[in-house]
Amino acid sequence: METALFILFSAVAIISCLLVILKKNPLISALFLVLTFICFAGFYVLLQAQFVAVLQLIIYAGAIMVLFLFVIMLLDLGVKQARIFNLFFQKSLGVIFALGFCLFLVSHFGRRLIPGRKGDLPAAVVEAAGNSETFAMVLFTDYLLPFEIISILLLAAVIGAVVLTRKKL
Amino acid sequence: MWVLLIEIAIILVKIGVVVGIMFFLIAYLSLAERRVSAFIQDRLGPNRVGYFGLLQPLADGAKFFFKEDIIPRHVHKVLYVMAPMIILVPALLAFAVIPFGNTTTIFGRPIQFQIADINVGLLFIFAMATLDVYGLLIGGWASNNKYSLIGGLRGSAQLISYEVGLGLSIVGIFMICGTLRLNGIVEFQTAALAGFLPAWIPRWNIFLQPLAFVLFAIASLAETNRIPFDLPEAEAEIVAGYHTEYSSFKFMMFPMSEYANMITWSALAVVLFFGGWHLPGVEHLPLPEFIRGMVYFAIFWGKTAFFLFCYLWVRWTYPRLRYDQLMKLGWVFLIPVGLLNTMVTGIVILLLQG
Amino acid sequence: MSTVPISWYLIVSAIIFTIGVIGVVTRRNILVVIMCIEMMLNAVNLTLVAFSRFLDSMDGQVCVFLVMAVAAAEVAVGLALILAIFRKRETINIEDINTMKW
Repeated sequence: METALFILFSAVAIISCLLVILKKNPLISALFLVLTFICFAGFYVLLQAQFVAVLQLIIYAGAIMVLFLFVIMLLDLGVKQARIFNLFFQKSLGVIFALGFCLFLVSHFGRRLIPGRKGDLPAAVVEAAGNSETFAMVLFTDYLLPFEIISILLLAAVIGAVVLTRKKL
Repeated sequence: MWVLLIEIAIILVKIGVVVGIMFFLIAYLSLAERRVSAFIQDRLGPNRVGYFGLLQPLADGAKFFFKEDIIPRHVHKVLYVMAPMIILVPALLAFAVIPFGNTTTIFGRPIQFQIADINVGLLFIFAMATLDVYGLLIGGWASNNKYSLIGGLRGSAQLISYEVGLGLSIVGIFMICGTLRLNGIVEFQTAALAGFLPAWIPRWNIFLQPLAFVLFAIASLAETNRIPFDLPEAEAEIVAGYHTEYSSFKFMMFPMSEYANMITWSALAVVLFFGGWHLPGVEHLPLPEFIRGMVYFAIFWGKTAFFLFCYLWVRWTYPRLRYDQLMKLGWVFLIPVGLLNTMVTGIVILLLQG
Repeated sequence: MSTVPISWYLIVSAIIFTIGVIGVVTRRNILVVIMCIEMMLNAVNLTLVAFSRFLDSMDGQVCVFLVMAVAAAEVAVGLALILAIFRKRETINIEDINTMKW
């Protein structure tokens, strides 16, 4: 059951990722990316990380991609005209190196991994206390400083976005 | 093996019941809206088709079924057809985590009156509300029409602005109840309010968080695109906004999804603030288990129906907000007051525990 | 334990990361480039959560939360920059935005 769901989610995710980079219309690319993010939420649920799954849906599929769609609709981008010069050689060189990188990663991860240092929160303990509760416990004790810094970062991003889009700069 | 099949059969029956009730309510909510609007405006509504007009939704459905389904030439065909589906699915899916009854024992096996008891249930409903934005955006853009595009952009900007206010308004409830599971929130509210008050006053969140309820009511009116927040789709303002170019069945799915959203948010208001399926005296009545389950089921839907009536009531009570007033209300009023509510709740919890 | 071994999750993540890299290298529309950057971030998130599950720890999931917050901030500022550039230059081909080249 879990294997079947994993294969379904990964097939849909990989195919929509390919369609993101292959389609000419950026709006269609954005919609396929939304489908990819929904598949990722499915992956997180399979990995028993339900809080991260709904966060993925709310933040990525619900806020970031809506922002992308706004910008695409406001900029009124269509399928652009062909350029004067063709970059086929550079693009194919890039693709070949990227595929080599992928081959390296896959061959490394496909082998038997050296087990890392295990933490002290096995799945049974997490499920007894609840995923969100353990998440909050770890976030607000071990990771409190990054949490505070992230809030300042988000404040800086909000101010930056508002300042950059004012009419008179 | 048999156990798995029985589990799947029970879930399918629950899904059938919920979807059946949702579609039944959506159909009769359109009739109820017309009758309630009529009574508020001192006239009668549709009352010719059947007694009190009760067969009117069937007549409307037949009319829509026989209307010509036009796909204009200038639209983006795939997205045009997909947009009504995209907006309907999350609205229906959000109801999967709402508990509409107690855990009843039927034929010797305990059945939870809830389709999926996820432990991040409330955030799941927010995720579905967030995904609802895509239907508006894609419907507005695919229609290839200036008014539709502006209506779609305004509608989705309104939705994402009020989501923040909505999230902040119920953080206080998480803090008090200590859980994100909707079943857990309902069980929290079944206890008594305080030691010095009579025991039949339950610990409903409306008594503990009244300001949050006001914020939640305003934000959920905006989330479902109801008046006073329905500028993106008003006929007098923007030629019906993002569903200008739609006809017959595809058009019908837009109001259907609006009613489905209304039902979901009313049910959520009942579950979060008014105790869900719980009423103080019912657990002391000597009833057989099955009848008690049905009583709780009826209590839940009764409370939800009251809130749906409130949605319909507000429609003809307040004027429509202009778009900049709407955005100002969402960002300048709801978010600071929500943060204030969260802060005060946190301080009170800390003082009461210490 | 899970019936899906961790190496499958890591392979899927590597494939999606590579598709993101190909997108960044190949496409000329700057919005699609930023979308592929988001895709790469998501692939890394999947790796983090997979390791968090298989090494009995919550650190991976907390890191994913922080990465999501950073990605949201980056997208907001990035899109604001693109809007400002578009107002000035009327194009979003990344080959035309080259005044800082030598």
